[in-house]
Amino acid sequence: MYQEVILDHCKKPRNWGQVQNATHKAEGINPLCGDRICVSMNVVDEKIEDIQYEGESCAICMASGSMMTAKVKGKACTEAIDLTEQFRVLTTEAENKEEPAGFGSLAVFSGIRDLPSRVKCALLPWHTLIAAINSQSEISTEGDKDPVPGSGTQK
Amino acid sequence: MDKLDMEVLSGKLDAELIKKDFPVLSNSANNAPLVYLDSGASAQMPQSVIDRINHYHQYEHANIHRGVYELSEQATISYESVRSTVARFLNVTDTAEVIFTKGTTHAINLVAHAFGRTFIRAGDEIVISHMEHHSNIVPWQQLCEEVGATLKIIPISDVGELDLEEYRRLLSDRTKIIAVTHVSNVLGTINPIKEMVALAHAKDIPVLVDGAQGAPHMKVDLQDLDCDFYIFSGHKVCGPTGIGILYGKRDWLERMNPYEGGGDMILSVTFEKTTYAEIPSKFEAGTPPIASAIGLGEAIKYLESIGLENIENHEKVLTQYATEALSDISGLTVYGTAPQKAGVISFGVQGVHPHDMATLLSDDGVAVRAGHHCAQPVMQRYKVPATTRASFYLYNTLDDIDKLVDSVRSAKKIFS
Ligand SMILES: Cc1ncc(COP(=O)(O)O)c(C=O)c1O
Repeated sequence: MYQEVILDHCKKPRNWGQVQNATHKAEGINPLCGDRICVSMNVVDEKIEDIQYEGESCAICMASGSMMTAKVKGKACTEAIDLTEQFRVLTTEAENKEEPAGFGSLAVFSGIRDLPSRVKCALLPWHTLIAAINSQSEISTEGDKDPVPGSGTQK
Repeated sequence: MDKLDMEVLSGKLDAELIKKDFPVLSNSANNAPLVYLDSGASAQMPQSVIDRINHYHQYEHANIHRGVYELSEQATISYESVRSTVARFLNVTDTAEVIFTKGTTHAINLVAHAFGRTFIRAGDEIVISHMEHHSNIVPWQQLCEEVGATLKIIPISDVGELDLEEYRRLLSDRTKIIAVTHVSNVLGTINPIKEMVALAHAKDIPVLVDGAQGAPHMKVDLQDLDCDFYIFSGHKVCGPTGIGILYGKRDWLERMNPYEGGGDMILSVTFEKTTYAEIPSKFEAGTPPIASAIGLGEAIKYLESIGLENIENHEKVLTQYATEALSDISGLTVYGTAPQKAGVISFGVQGVHPHDMATLLSDDGVAVRAGHHCAQPVMQRYKVPATTRASFYLYNTLDDIDKLVDSVRSAKKIFS
């Protein structure tokens, strides 16, 4: 799992920090790992003009967040929601599904399927993104605060 | 100290040989031999325990205490004889003081409920420590909320020892029970239970000891410790899951109301009134996990055949060897460095998240735990979100530790 791309994004996370005067912002926590991240965005006309994230987390969460911000920046909110769903499928559903086209380096996360205990780490930034889009202020990978229920992750 | 000296020190116990008794440990993990360093979470079962459980299922199963036919009587005898085995293991004489539970968590809930609802009132205080497992925090918190009592916390020092001065100060007329862990599952600290019990008894306060990390790793002599309740889980003493022990002093158990109601715990039932059975049955409602109890008995016999003193000594050697080797790695911090310490090492490496560490170790076949270890207040105390934890048992060898240390070094390299 710890391939160059992941390590690269983890050591030099893209879009690190907080958007000034963000229109949308959410905090995501994974109580099982103690991970805590924050996604902040400037959304204009339903489009993500700017997005940043920061927090304390493991490498998998960190790299996933970094790649996510790079991927959704400049995209419409609806597109970001679609991408989140594709990412969920990529990381949780059984093999031999086609990898979504145009996922680029994010495709390395398909390897996380073999590490069920770590799936939540990869999903946390995306779930926090959805929370921010929905203007939910805080989400958790545990319990009813998860905005993407039934995402197939394990305890 | 070098490896050879260490091997001499742990002389009475041949861990290589012992390892062969545990079928799981001959498996591989990620194409490498399994190095199992998570016995603090759950220990493996030796073949003799697996065989005993199988034998029960194949030839001996019937419900206990109910049938008059031979099979049921035999099952009852096998089950009840485990009570004597446990009594011997803990050095207590009255087998009625040994109660079967589903595990440590269940047993603590039992006491919090049964003792709590009988003896604890609004304004009373319950003393626990800062190093408790969630299972020795939450039941007391729930009780406090329900009856209006207050939870008081014994602080811990930087090295991970309880502050006994503060403990003394916390004991008052309002203190109704003290609930403290024998050994910390994160820091490894062995607490001075005997001294703490003596201080509490001087004020007529009973003490509950969470022995989940104590009983598996050292000789526990309850006549010496003199605590009022002592609790442990079967699956951490090389037995199966679903079974645990609550030892309680007769005097308390008799005065406590039952926890769960149902079959087996009654003397007579009419719609107007139920009379409860004597201890231990009073606290054992319903059909128990019979096979697991019998497996626990076999596990205790196995540990006794090796010798608890030998196990304790062996783990000391492993812990010292591992601590020295890990401390040589720059940027590595060990959390919990009390002089009296059991075979648990929690650590963090600068620049490597504990979960990444555990995943990378797993790639090398090394099984450790990462997270808060169900002890979030300990994480808060040391201001870390999580730690990686290696815990040792009788079947771990110095080679296992070498593999751990090598693997930690290469994980560190990946992130440097
Ligand atoms: C100190 C301590 N107390 C309680 C428990 C809970 O034991 P169980 O899960 O078997 O109920 C554990 C297990 O991790 C423990 O280490």
